[in-house]
Amino acid sequence: MPMERDEERPGEFPYTRGIHPGMYRERLWTMRQYAGFGTARETNRRLKRLLAQGQTGLSLAFDLPTQLGIDPDDARAAGEVGRAGVSVATAADLDAVLKGIPLGSVGLSMTANATAPALFAFAAATAGRAGVGADALRGTVQNDVLKEYAARNLYLLPPAPSMRMAVDLIEFGCRFFPRWHPVSVSGYHLREAGADAGQEIGFAVANGLAYATAAMRRGLSADEVAPRLSFFFSAGCDLLEEAAKFRAARRLWAKLARARLGAGRPESWRMKFHAQTAGSALTAVETDNNVVRVTLQALAAVLGGAQSLHANAKDEAWRLPTPASAALALRTQQILAFESGLAGHIDPLGGAHAVEEATDRLEAEALRWVDAVDRAGGALVAVESGFVQSTVREAAYREYVAAESGERAIVGVNRFAGDAARHVAAADRPRGRSGDAEEARAAEAVRRHRAARSEADAGRTLAAVLDAAERGANVMPAMLDAANAGCTVGEIYGALARLFGEYREPVIPEGRIAP
Amino acid sequence: MNSTHPGFGSETKRPPTVLIAKCGLDGHDRGALVVARGLREEGFAVFYTGIRRTPEEVARQAVDVAADCVGLSSLAGAHLTIVPRLVDALRDAGWRGLLVVGGIIPAADEPALRATGVAAVFRPHQRVSEAAAFLRDALHTANGIFGENEVG
Repeated sequence: MPMERDEERPGEFPYTRGIHPGMYRERLWTMRQYAGFGTARETNRRLKRLLAQGQTGLSLAFDLPTQLGIDPDDARAAGEVGRAGVSVATAADLDAVLKGIPLGSVGLSMTANATAPALFAFAAATAGRAGVGADALRGTVQNDVLKEYAARNLYLLPPAPSMRMAVDLIEFGCRFFPRWHPVSVSGYHLREAGADAGQEIGFAVANGLAYATAAMRRGLSADEVAPRLSFFFSAGCDLLEEAAKFRAARRLWAKLARARLGAGRPESWRMKFHAQTAGSALTAVETDNNVVRVTLQALAAVLGGAQSLHANAKDEAWRLPTPASAALALRTQQILAFESGLAGHIDPLGGAHAVEEATDRLEAEALRWVDAVDRAGGALVAVESGFVQSTVREAAYREYVAAESGERAIVGVNRFAGDAARHVAAADRPRGRSGDAEEARAAEAVRRHRAARSEADAGRTLAAVLDAAERGANVMPAMLDAANAGCTVGEIYGALARLFGEYREPVIPEGRIAP
Repeated sequence: MNSTHPGFGSETKRPPTVLIAKCGLDGHDRGALVVARGLREEGFAVFYTGIRRTPEEVARQAVDVAADCVGLSSLAGAHLTIVPRLVDALRDAGWRGLLVVGGIIPAADEPALRATGVAAVFRPHQRVSEAAAFLRDALHTANGIFGENEVG
């Protein structure tokens, strides 16, 4: 029935119904499957294969040492090099990962946070060598350090200097890289850590406001910063609630960008987001069921109006996907895009009572979390004090209890579970034993790299990074020089960690041992 | 740990103590935290190391809190590197108790982990209540380092 709600049109404030008037009729979402493997060559092959299969954006997964600023020849990297993503210690490594891929025409998304400034500098150096200038480089670097302390835990420096460098990159990106999104504010990881739907969007919106506000203190206007923020959310199995969640997030951001940041242009109010299907919803038993889950989740993202989507592979619950399962995940997106007919409709669920009610409810819940973060002292203090962490952990435990009691059904696990429930499909290792040989090769390669470059240039540019960090100047120009001079991620972050110290999570109650 | 441990007689004063540990660079702690909370609800005294601890740090903490059991949580695939080091560190620290591992552990790796002295490997979808029952039983009967006798 036509209600007053139908007066809200897609592409108009507050954008509940989508950020463009024509949504997917104007522009289909970007299919951006996350990929990264042990070696640069292997990763390059997978990226090209995905592009050949019709993927329309790149999304790079880095291994843990890369994400934590540790070189492959560092003892702390033992056993971790190339395991959860590709090892990139230098700009030359990234060059090899992206060899033959036209960076001017395909957007590059990089999951780097604690080391985002350096990885972005590597990308800019790589692009520069390929003749792709700052004006043309397209992509996103996650660069959301706040959520690392609350959920994903790949932090290195204490929150305040991390936040400052994240904002350095945001400021630098806004000023000099017009087609690059210098932050992807991530509710996804909060949700994976246990946050409920309202917390996911509430905490992410609070973090987005914090980044924008901090960048505005550098002299950028709200309308220069806000359009450059992008968001990243999870898509779970609860189809209508999840679709409503995206509508609620969009509406909340539009209102708060206007009211709290003072942004005056439509581009500033429109929340663009990437969605990934919920990894934590996948099961390690009866893994074919995950194909159905991923389809539902991807459907939720599409019904909710995502600009970009990663559909998980069915085996992603316990390892990096095989080429076949990665291809099936991409095909899932393509079937939704080209066979389901959904792309021809704009906000197809708009007006449905269940969806509108859930949208209103989730917007209100999320706003309460935004306000709770404010009361806790703002987004930075809220992670320093552990407020966000304890909220998310409490929600995670509630969800576990609901699953264990059977209140939350997980088919094949706590409903209709056969012997299979004891038979976890994890016979194959995340990486073969060859991982050790690859690790040794990566360690040797970074040693050779250091021996071959100009030590004078490396030393001078590294000193400049530290000097900028110490003086409170924007570190990005020096990062770019250091990347071009062949400094490694371990050298840069090793030095920064000596300057700022390494962060250890605060002691929380319930028997945690003080570090 | 032995069968005359003060925690396990009828004269029980002290609940069985578990140290949940994270080693390596992996920061996925949702499982570790849920298990810690769940074991606490089951009556265990539970300590948590926090993420990215070295095997030596974990061993020191295991001794400091007089842990009866160390439960290592691993998700990123580095367990075959980490577990042998942790076993050495625990032995070197003079700790006696039950070592168990949980997380994303391929079945193919279980024999190698058991060979180092791991008493149990808990995989995804493991109920905490069942893990707790296993631990109570194993802690009651174990009489050597790392569950030398066949437990579970």
